[in-house]
Amino acid sequence: MIKFILRKTGKLASLLIAISLLSFILVSNSPEDPVQSYIGAEISRISPEQRKNIEEYWGLNRSKPEQYLLWVKAVFQGNLGESLIYRKPVSEIILERFSASIVLMGISWLLSGVFGFLLGILAGMNEGSILDRFIKSYSFIMASTPAFWFGLLLLMVFAAWLNWFPVGLASPAGSLAGEVSLIDKLKHLVLPVATLSIGGVASIALHTREKIIEVLNSEFIRFAKAKGERGIKLFWRHGLRNISLPAISLHFASFGELFGGAVLTEQVFSYPGLGQAIVKAGLGGDVPLLLGITLFSVVFIFVGNFMADLLYVVIDPRMKIKQTHD
Amino acid sequence: MTELISKYLPLKRSEKYNRRKRALATSIIGALILLALVISGFFIGTDGLVVNFEAANNAPSLQHPFGTDWLGRDMFVRTVKGLTLSFWVGLLAAFISALIALLLSLLLVLNKTLDSLVTGLIDLFLALPHIVTLILISFMLGGGLKGVVIALALTHWPRLARLLRAEIMQIKNTEYITVSRNMGKSWYWIARHHILPHLIPQLIIGFILTFPHAILHEASITFLGFGLSSDKPAIGVILSEAMGYLSSGMWWLALFPGLMLLLMVAVFDSLGRNLRKVFDPFKGQKG
Repeated sequence: MIKFILRKTGKLASLLIAISLLSFILVSNSPEDPVQSYIGAEISRISPEQRKNIEEYWGLNRSKPEQYLLWVKAVFQGNLGESLIYRKPVSEIILERFSASIVLMGISWLLSGVFGFLLGILAGMNEGSILDRFIKSYSFIMASTPAFWFGLLLLMVFAAWLNWFPVGLASPAGSLAGEVSLIDKLKHLVLPVATLSIGGVASIALHTREKIIEVLNSEFIRFAKAKGERGIKLFWRHGLRNISLPAISLHFASFGELFGGAVLTEQVFSYPGLGQAIVKAGLGGDVPLLLGITLFSVVFIFVGNFMADLLYVVIDPRMKIKQTHD
Repeated sequence: MTELISKYLPLKRSEKYNRRKRALATSIIGALILLALVISGFFIGTDGLVVNFEAANNAPSLQHPFGTDWLGRDMFVRTVKGLTLSFWVGLLAAFISALIALLLSLLLVLNKTLDSLVTGLIDLFLALPHIVTLILISFMLGGGLKGVVIALALTHWPRLARLLRAEIMQIKNTEYITVSRNMGKSWYWIARHHILPHLIPQLIIGFILTFPHAILHEASITFLGFGLSSDKPAIGVILSEAMGYLSSGMWWLALFPGLMLLLMVAVFDSLGRNLRKVFDPFKGQKG
């Protein structure tokens, strides 16, 4: 167990180093001029000398490997740099944005997991029925629906047309942070969460369906049926345990898609989360923020995959036996 | 073996129709739809794209089936042009990434150190969300058509490469490879004559299934503002423009282009899945 965690931590460290190098190479070769994105529109008003000073202050005149080492050193000391567009430390922004994003992602993750699992079971238990076909085609259609377009439709119908929910943001415009009530916050969450979770149901439902069909065709189910077990009881005793672990671990491993969906959804709903920040950073040439969020997303996805693996090791006894044989 | 067969061929399945024939028919229909789309994209004139303020903000009618935007441009023409563009971008990106996946996975046969490098690279790319990688790459390349194609090609190969590697791993342990090896054939020869032919069906299906992903990601990245420039008739551009007209009640701006995109992606997806049923029935007919 401890060995497992240590091995995974080592993997994360090497992954982070590799990703930081890769993303640094990508970003530093961009045609975007960091000085210009720092100064903004008044770039013409600074003299070449001032410009040189800024470049020297940031270390832009040094060689690329040197710049990278300086950045890595700073990151190790917990300093991700300062964002150019928000004029705040990157770590502060990430923390603030992530706390907004995690609410959105967490709720939709739970909802899509629960409903996807249930839909998958319903479809798989009634294979070939109309219900199964309906769920299957729903999942396939949802898998090819662009998330942002779906969000736009929801906005059009429920916010602009029916006026049930606000059009965007995480709280009413113009109100102070302390005044926002929980109800207001929830109201702003409904549509983004719906966008993320209605689409997110698809993959988990299809996976669960396939698994349960596989289980239902196994020998032990045939034997249980021969003993006279049927319906819910059969499922509860022999089906659920066999399909729940892979489904849960698949759902943990889908953090990457969740993050990608959140980026698009936050953009549509102008929800002030991490995804919107990375889009702004990319469009505004804010290199420190872009790199910071990239590294953070790696950690986020890694945690998901780690949980998925951990579940197997901790819960599934078969994995333990295998491990001792290694 | 009997256990395997009963695992993959559930007894419940009705025998009324031939699944293979049905899959073939569905794929032909799908291919025809896509062909019609691309060809109509060629032949449709650009007359509808001319700015015409007299016809601005029209709701869908017989003359303009998808309505017109605030500049009087016909949304149907814009949508079809956008889909054609998406198709070519997706085709190019999927082709390049299938090529990358094939070449990198074939390294498994030739050299062990190189292969572990490839595995590391696959892990590296899968450790980042697609969208973030796309943003980073198109940030470096400064957006535009070239940037989008390169970014899409570089982000979509790992999944296919993984599939191909698993396949190669299986083939590599078969007897005829050992025999061939004992007869003094080089790995390069074996890769070309024994392994590559085995990979072709997987590769083609993987290529087609990469397509919908690439198209969706192209639209997403353009929607976010990193992809194609706003003067191009791309679905992402149309939808991000439509975002500004949400509260004006012009529902047709967003509904139809997105729906058509969804249709195209879904057709591609079903084409890929049906072709897998035909070419790789053992695995493909499970679902």
